[in-house]
Amino acid sequence: MKYALLFCSPVGGEERSPAEHAGDPRFAAYFAQAGRVTGGARLRPPADATTVRVRGDEVLLSDGPFAETKEYIAGIDFIDVADLDEAIALAARHPAASDGGSVEVRPVWE
Amino acid sequence: MSGTDDVEAAVAAAFREDWGQVVATLIRVTGDWDLAEECAQDAFAQALDRWRRDGVPRRPGAWLTTTARNRALDVLRREAVGAAKLREAAVLARDEEPYDPEYDGDDSGVEDDRLRLIFTCCHPALPIEARVALTLRTLAGLTTPEIARAFLVPEATMAQRLVRAKKKIRNAGIPYRVPPAHLLPERTTGVLGVLYLLFNEGYAATTGADLVRTDLCAEAVRLARVLARLMPDEPETTGLLALLLLHDARRHTRVDAAGDLVTLEDQDRTAWDRAEIAEGTALLETALRRGRPGPYQIQAAIAACHATAPTAEETDWADIAGLYGELARFVPSAVVRLNRTVAVGMADGPEAGLALLAELEQEGDLTDYHLLPATRADLLRRAGRAEEAAKAYERALELVENEAERRFLEKRLAECRSA
Repeated sequence: MKYALLFCSPVGGEERSPAEHAGDPRFAAYFAQAGRVTGGARLRPPADATTVRVRGDEVLLSDGPFAETKEYIAGIDFIDVADLDEAIALAARHPAASDGGSVEVRPVWE
Repeated sequence: MSGTDDVEAAVAAAFREDWGQVVATLIRVTGDWDLAEECAQDAFAQALDRWRRDGVPRRPGAWLTTTARNRALDVLRREAVGAAKLREAAVLARDEEPYDPEYDGDDSGVEDDRLRLIFTCCHPALPIEARVALTLRTLAGLTTPEIARAFLVPEATMAQRLVRAKKKIRNAGIPYRVPPAHLLPERTTGVLGVLYLLFNEGYAATTGADLVRTDLCAEAVRLARVLARLMPDEPETTGLLALLLLHDARRHTRVDAAGDLVTLEDQDRTAWDRAEIAEGTALLETALRRGRPGPYQIQAAIAACHATAPTAEETDWADIAGLYGELARFVPSAVVRLNRTVAVGMADGPEAGLALLAELEQEGDLTDYHLLPATRADLLRRAGRAEEAAKAYERALELVENEAERRFLEKRLAECRSA
């Protein structure tokens, strides 16, 4: 089954660049999971976000993320595993799960 | 030819014994929870007619599984319009087999089905209410209206809860299997938690209006029995069964004819179920011999201390206080420590209990829990400090929700005021 792992970080927490992440041995351990991570991206923080809405004919822009929350999505990975238990095991290995953040496991709607 | 009553009794017995088994196997074979339930229901309905005509089969469970399976095959064949359905039907066709009354072989694969079903129903990705409801529906065979009544929610709410849970199992890919060894201890704890919760829902029901909920105790005991049989190497499953039996043995003496709560020391010990107590203590000994204690075994040991004391005065409170200390190592909760306080108060006198209680009160974890002031009140009452006890009972009454408990506290308060 395909799942998306949404990595949520607490707002105001430490923001590390992909390069800094690459130096973290825990990421190596996470990605070593037999190539079951099929794709993904690290996202820049909410401060760099722009939200787009169309109301009538007007394109409305606002700065920041679409909703104020205590956590923001710092990255996303797509994985292909047998079932939810395997997805949970993989999510638990990601540093975001133990660094004060959380990982939301969402099945891909196929 | 069997008599009508005999056949009905046989079907009812098979329903209690085999419902979960039939559904569990059908889910494995078809992968479709709703179809599995429908076909199981259908098989039991057919059993009434067929057993009346042909006699009760030697192995009712196998007859029911075969009948339900063949029915599922029919349904899938009829619906087999898409390629996916055809494939399922093909898989099913390979599996199809006539019921063989002489077959006396290995059913262990089928037993595994029930264990799979238990673990899937109690998967931690499901909300706890859904786990309980799903366990009662698919494993115990209670109807949706029955479960709704037991949990005091509207039928539509319960129906929706079950639909959502089944949907999540399918859409989120919750596996239908016994967890691998490294997940087993954690997941087993989760399953035991669901059964314990189920039992407590029934146990807490004390008034006439709640009578239907007491059936939950029987269901929980039955499911705990199945689990203990399926997982004989896990002492905590046996520990849970022992605990439930030891509690259940005293269930009917917990309230009097007027529906008022009767405390342990005032309960009629001659009315306790001796057979349940004997079975519970024997099971506990078996579990403890494995040398891997856990919270359910320790709680069962505490329940056994109470259940085997000939009189309230002869209760071994020092032993119980020690066991609560053990339990607190496994379950570091304030409620466990509150119970230890009660035991120490009985073993070493109310003042010793009050000293321990003061520590708990200072930590403030149980500020809104009615049993905290109720415990203080009881210790003060035993210490002969009636006036202070009355104040504590008043505080407990501000917090209590259960009617039977309220009446009990009011009675105690009145006693203290007239002392």
